Amino acid sequence: MGAAARFIFRRRGSNGRGKGWHWTDIVTWVWLVCGLLIMFGPAVWLGFSSFKTPAALAEFPPTILPYVTQEVRVEGYDKPLALYEATLEGGGTRVLAEVRRIGIVSQMVDPNAPGEIIKVNIADRAPVRTMSFATENYTQPFVQFDFVQYLWNSVFVTVMATLITLVVNSMAAFALSKYEFRGRSVAMLIILATLMVPLSVIMVPLYSIISTIGLFNNLWGVILPTVATPTGVFILRQYMLTIPDELIDAARMDKASEWQIYWRIVLPLAAPALAVLAIFSVVWRWNDFLWPLIVLSRRELYTLQVGLSIYAGELNVQWHFILAMTVVTMIPVVLVFIFLQRFITTGIAGAGLK
Amino acid sequence: MTPIASSSPASNRRLGSILFVPVQFVMTLIDAPLRALQKLTGISGMAMFFLAPNMLIFGIFVLLPLAINFVYSMTGGTAFFLADRTFIGFDQYSRLFECGNYLDPLSCQEDAFWTAVGNTAWFVVLQVTLMILMALGTALILNRDLRARSFWRAVFFFPVLLSPVVVGLIWKWILQRQGLLNFALFEMGLEPHNWLTDRTWAFAAAVAVSIWAHMGFYALILLAGLQAIPKDLYEAAEMDGTKAARVFWRITLPLLAPNLLVVVVLALIKAVQVFDEVYVLTGGGPGTSTMFLTQYIYETGFASQLRNPGLAAAASILMGLVLVVLTLFQLGIGRRTEGKRKR
Repeated sequence: MGAAARFIFRRRGSNGRGKGWHWTDIVTWVWLVCGLLIMFGPAVWLGFSSFKTPAALAEFPPTILPYVTQEVRVEGYDKPLALYEATLEGGGTRVLAEVRRIGIVSQMVDPNAPGEIIKVNIADRAPVRTMSFATENYTQPFVQFDFVQYLWNSVFVTVMATLITLVVNSMAAFALSKYEFRGRSVAMLIILATLMVPLSVIMVPLYSIISTIGLFNNLWGVILPTVATPTGVFILRQYMLTIPDELIDAARMDKASEWQIYWRIVLPLAAPALAVLAIFSVVWRWNDFLWPLIVLSRRELYTLQVGLSIYAGELNVQWHFILAMTVVTMIPVVLVFIFLQRFITTGIAGAGLK
Repeated sequence: MTPIASSSPASNRRLGSILFVPVQFVMTLIDAPLRALQKLTGISGMAMFFLAPNMLIFGIFVLLPLAINFVYSMTGGTAFFLADRTFIGFDQYSRLFECGNYLDPLSCQEDAFWTAVGNTAWFVVLQVTLMILMALGTALILNRDLRARSFWRAVFFFPVLLSPVVVGLIWKWILQRQGLLNFALFEMGLEPHNWLTDRTWAFAAAVAVSIWAHMGFYALILLAGLQAIPKDLYEAAEMDGTKAARVFWRITLPLLAPNLLVVVVLALIKAVQVFDEVYVLTGGGPGTSTMFLTQYIYETGFASQLRNPGLAAAASILMGLVLVVLTLFQLGIGRRTEGKRKR
């Protein structure tokens, strides 16, 4: 413990010795530790809660880990009885099953000898609890509701939208970075202008266009409007500008077609930027909410986000299912966070975009 | 941007090339017709070909709706297809602006709109101010001589990746009557509250949750800005024995100002559009206390019984105007700082 604390709290340069603690060091550590609790805490709490039974969820005060009260079947009683550890008057404890409670007196029986009723003050008994993970919170929604379908819809939308995003935006970025042509600045201006037009400004007419071309209640209606992102064009163009033109000229001399130059030379060289855009796109499309909510009105077409929000509205009391499905919805993003977070942070820090 | 090429092991590369065989095949097939096209257009003409898909999608799904939106805002009725709608001029706008007293939403014909405007204005002011201050604090702390800085940076960035639905549900779970927060207050001997059913507290919760979800993004940009400040300035200040507070006001803040301005405008643009996490958290309630502009547009256009797409379009154009002003402002800042860097 002491060594761990020393490792955590030692500061660079001071090496644990030297100058004492400045007040700013204390502020720093308070801020960081509070940050750790506040940023991760809610998600961790969600994770633990999602394994609790409805009874355990209703408990106040709540426990961190999922516990259930043990029950036994006792001869002569129809329902399983809850087990308690009771402190008896003469001292010493016994594990007893509660038959009923009258006021502050609990009537209990010994599960092994159910004939005799033992009266115990409720203050002198504590439930026997074991840790138990309610995995049915996870399995039930997949069986009972359409969550497999939602999951599939979300995966389909995310994968398709990301692939098309990469192709369409890299083609545009290639044209805008490697060609001199009339109207290039106009094209750049149009792309820039679309930055100013978020979904909330155009949702009514966009909806009418989508239904006119028959994509209402169709996953492609969710995918297509999102695939040309100005951010994507800018990330890729910025990167492609650093690819030397000499490479392209050499390929042209070798009779490569423009398409081959794009596909064989520029795309592989732009792989790092493509990777960043792919990660962004996966997170964006997985998390999309408002537009799928508008375009999809049939249950079997819902994405996870829409399905989850609708169920959360309907199953207002069934928190155990909602929590488990929230965890499922969160998993891909948590994986991205664990394995690819540094690509995103360097991407944002480098370009200042989202 | 920093190139993030990572050398993949040979086995990975082999797997990759197997997966790419069909793709390669398709791309080669496409090549023949494209060569023919190239003969027709010439080399620079191919630029148009590469640009076409993107422009087509932008055109159909962004520019066209933008244009149609104005037409929508001047038509009435509940029909969605433009052909079925009647032209009514600026009636929708005058309906939005018909108010006895602009400071009292209830005196307006479209009281929901003005309530949403008022809520959004309050939200923007509170959320952006608090969030930027906290992001600045976080960035300053992360910019110190810290061990495991990338770990701590990641800590604050984590909620940014979560979907609004997940954010909304996590906090709904914590803020509910028997939730974790009330338990913590109860343990400390404080009074528990019904956070999401009290008008004021629900609004505060909306602001707080939204700050929680987005603060890391802005802290990240500010941190990048701090790290770009030349170290020798600080060394010189240290040699002169300058006080820390003076260093902050005279060096850090002025040099961070362009970044700070960009971040504020970005945050403003986002805050004006606030919708999804709050919608999942409170559903706009209790009553209309957390209903914001985007929700008003969504419900007027699609969800409510009294559907009125024309009115929704008019409201969305008004919101778009605010966003255009903010974005132009941001682009202006971007250009100016870029110019400075070149000089």
